[in-house]
Amino acid sequence: MSAAPDIVARGATASRRKAVRRSGGRSWTFYVLAALFTFYVVALYGPMICIYILSFQDVRGGLVFPMKGFSLHWFVDLFTQVRTGDVKGSFDRSIKLAVMVTILTVVISFMAGLAFRKRFIGDTVVFYLMIGSLVAPGLVLGIGIGLIASFLGIETSWYTTALGAQLSWTLPFGVLVMFAVMSRFNNAWEEASRDLGASPWQTIRLVVLPILAPGIIAVALFGFTLSYDEFARTLQTAGSLNTLPLEIWSMTLNVTSPSLYSLGTVTTIVSFVIIGACLSAIAMIQKRRAARAASE
Amino acid sequence: MAVTNGSIELAGVVKSYDDGRTRAVDGVNLKIPDGSYCCFLGPSGCGKTTILRMIAGHEDPSDGEVIIGGENVVGLAPSERRTAMMFQSYALFPHLSVRDNIAFALRVRGMSAAERRKAADEMIEKVRLTELADRLPGQLSGGQQQRVALARAAITSPKVLLLDEPLSALDEQLRVQMRQELSRMQRDLGITFIHVTHTQMEAIAIADMVVVMEKGKIKQAGPARDVYDQPQDRYVAEFLGGQNVLRGKVARIEGDQAFVVAPELRDVTVPVGHRRGLSPGIEVDFAVRRDDVELARPDREKAANHAAVATRVRAIEYQGNFVKVLLDDIGGDELIAYVPDRIFYRDPFAIGDVVMAGWQTEKARMLA
Repeated sequence: MSAAPDIVARGATASRRKAVRRSGGRSWTFYVLAALFTFYVVALYGPMICIYILSFQDVRGGLVFPMKGFSLHWFVDLFTQVRTGDVKGSFDRSIKLAVMVTILTVVISFMAGLAFRKRFIGDTVVFYLMIGSLVAPGLVLGIGIGLIASFLGIETSWYTTALGAQLSWTLPFGVLVMFAVMSRFNNAWEEASRDLGASPWQTIRLVVLPILAPGIIAVALFGFTLSYDEFARTLQTAGSLNTLPLEIWSMTLNVTSPSLYSLGTVTTIVSFVIIGACLSAIAMIQKRRAARAASE
Repeated sequence: MAVTNGSIELAGVVKSYDDGRTRAVDGVNLKIPDGSYCCFLGPSGCGKTTILRMIAGHEDPSDGEVIIGGENVVGLAPSERRTAMMFQSYALFPHLSVRDNIAFALRVRGMSAAERRKAADEMIEKVRLTELADRLPGQLSGGQQQRVALARAAITSPKVLLLDEPLSALDEQLRVQMRQELSRMQRDLGITFIHVTHTQMEAIAIADMVVVMEKGKIKQAGPARDVYDQPQDRYVAEFLGGQNVLRGKVARIEGDQAFVVAPELRDVTVPVGHRRGLSPGIEVDFAVRRDDVELARPDREKAANHAAVATRVRAIEYQGNFVKVLLDDIGGDELIAYVPDRIFYRDPFAIGDVVMAGWQTEKARMLA
């Protein structure tokens, strides 16, 4: 009869149909992919979590399940017993090495990022040579560095040859991350700074570095974590004193107690603390900017 | 500092790239008086931005002199030239608040925090951004960002302010509004503004002096009205718009009148004006403003001192205060009449109507 009720009725049907689709209309691919992802996460973290759990056994503990007791015994054992290896010394060396690698990676990547904004003769060649060392097998590269060092009569050690070997790994990563960060940098900012009377150094300090700060922290994070657990390149270049990953590897060959697992737990915690610190630093920078903006 | 006023002189300025193979700026000579609002107008790639950057000191000329306030400034840093630049899309520092952006130039000069805050707040008030002083550039609208950029550039009291496409990042409505704001700021500050744009409406609306450029060369420079009303050649006439540019052959010359013919034109009289070297047989361009073209029914008699062309209405566009009537092309050239709204609707034409398009003889202008 009249058109109005008809329109209302049709509208109601349409909205009901929409509601139905929203509540339960997921296609089967969603469930397949969700299952696949769950499996991926379990496979990724399951083995690690097993190790963490087993490291908290008491003195009766062994290398396999079931869990025997609950204590921090093997953590104490790790740092006090000589037979387990030089954990403290190697941990110390690894941290120092990682700090050096981080500083060098950040400084060199930052400068490379600035340099590569302009084209220069041979820039693509330099770029691919740099990236090439990512593809080179680390073990071979390490052996090569060890070989040349002995040829030149340089004694291999963790703070010389191993430092160089690790940089061949962290620098390409650092530079690639820096390129990604730089791609969002507007060169007009630098020009504006110069226009307003800033010296080149003031421009770097007041404009370039603050704007790039989150990206630079990301480069540092890469440098640190890549160095901290680097194995292949360090193996033939660290000389007589081991870094932590080398120490763990040698322990797997002769240590048969859960202190090996507690070492795994400790190194993981260190990694997570560092990652957490970096991420919160980035978050803080962004929050501070937002907060300053909101406080009017 | 030696630069005491904002008059600018470009003397034989050349900027070449690739070892001189391409010339972005090709021998430019120009004088811009102190305190004027000058617009460089031209399509992209015509060299106008390069000129601006050479005045600013972000690029050095390959040859020639850039003189500001009587001083050759080639080789001097931007701050020594007493110039300041407002960048296209503003280049505001994203990590600094509005206040810190504006105070940046004072900070790098070593002014104390309290002093520069005071100076910045005064400037912020001048551009009416007081309530936004603590915001970041990312949280401002386009128009507000422009005001920050203007304030940041103006805080060192430069003698010359250089604006690179300042309105291109804004939408249409805001553009007209900010245009007025720029004009007001220029009057308030009393300094030379040099504004680069590719929009002719913007240039003639705002500038005391318009410089039309093509391929690194200046085509015409002068007051906006002169450039619009009296273009020197086809390029300027077509770029500024509002003109019909027609082409024909000189049939004969009588005194200061030339008679021009073309297949569609029968003996159109064009004043010779300042044009030299005319002789029967050569091809010439001449211009007639679109709003000088009058349309009449073909049966009406031709008035004295009128040129007339028989043609046909091809399309009609209503523009509000006038009606744009597109007529059949003359040779390869468009013929368009802007007829005032009230006159057109007294006796409106329809598409396809045969009309006489005419203009008073002295309104036509011979082009170089």
